[in-house]
Amino acid sequence: MSIGHTLLGLLESGPRHGYDLKRAFDEKFGHDRPLHYGQVYSTMSRLLKNGLVEVDGIEAGGGPERKRYAITDAGVTDVEKWLATPEKPEEYLQSTLYTKVVLALLTHRNAADILDSQRSEHLRSMRILTDRKRRGDLADQLVCDHALFHLEADLRWLELTAARLDKLRTEVSK
Amino acid sequence: MNAPAGSLLAAEALRKTYGPTVALDGAEFSIHAGEVVALMGPSGSGKSTLLHCLAGIVTPDAGSIVYAGREMATMNDAERSALRRSEFGFVFQFGQLVPELTCVENVALPLRLNGTSRKEAERTALDWMQRLEVDDLGRKRPGEVSGGQGQRVAVARALVTSPRVLFADEPTGALDSLNGERVMELLTEAARSTNAAVVLVTHEARVAAYSDREIVVRDGKSRDMERAV
Repeated sequence: MSIGHTLLGLLESGPRHGYDLKRAFDEKFGHDRPLHYGQVYSTMSRLLKNGLVEVDGIEAGGGPERKRYAITDAGVTDVEKWLATPEKPEEYLQSTLYTKVVLALLTHRNAADILDSQRSEHLRSMRILTDRKRRGDLADQLVCDHALFHLEADLRWLELTAARLDKLRTEVSK
Repeated sequence: MNAPAGSLLAAEALRKTYGPTVALDGAEFSIHAGEVVALMGPSGSGKSTLLHCLAGIVTPDAGSIVYAGREMATMNDAERSALRRSEFGFVFQFGQLVPELTCVENVALPLRLNGTSRKEAERTALDWMQRLEVDDLGRKRPGEVSGGQGQRVAVARALVTSPRVLFADEPTGALDSLNGERVMELLTEAARSTNAAVVLVTHEARVAAYSDREIVVRDGKSRDMERAV
């Protein structure tokens, strides 16, 4: 995730202090990974240098945490551009799982066992996410669903590969 | 067989063939009260046959199934029917509600078959429909409700006798993901609240994620992933 763009976007609704930005970020997007203060201030000084934010005021006491930041016109344009640019779909073409399966077949180990254990591990994660979703609010549900659909895609690949193991064994031993 | 300690329903060395096709080839299974176990595996792997054997719908050619300490093979047809009617509940992919009856009559049906009075049966039916959030559909017929609602009515019908084991064969297979998940949430909540065991056949990982553990069935053989690790 682009922390810079996200912080810029949060500033669009009005100027905020660094600690306030961190709190808003953690509340809305942090979930499992809250921002470090250091990340906030290094990001803000970069945005400041690039003219995407400006210092709107400094409270008595000084120090970076007392600065209040406001987004500039260039900052608004930057957020707009970021939002409008589609994310590159991840293609996952270099899969560790694929490598493990092929290596297992090449070394005459049980590839089906590897796939079964992986399925079990995936399902374990999916159970935790499903449980969290059940207890959570809509934001939690959407975040968990995103993760669940990705895990499900992996699982579909596992099933398909399990069904094609014999063929793959023939191919890799050529 | 010696059923695993504490298990409510257990099976070992199950074998079942249909003509030349081997559907089960030494499958094992166990579940205890209050547990949700998913049977997973590709189409034709034998998972539905395993469910049918466990539920006493199909008799295996060989092997042993023990329910609540009793060997199923020693029960006669009448005893097995009684078991299916009062101790087991069933939900299938398509609700299989009786189209001529209203939803509340459908839910009350298993109780009526067990001899409960109409008034008492419908009162209990409405309680269950409330838990499945379909109590407002009582007077409608199955043809007048959506797929998701119909499936919740079917779950209420399966649970109305407070079965000790609920068998669910692809219960969300005909639903979109939102409706499917709601059915799974309500089904597992309701089953847990009565300490019923749930045997869930599914090929969908998102549905299996509502289970406590999974047993993978492949080529008629089973693999209990919890015991495998």
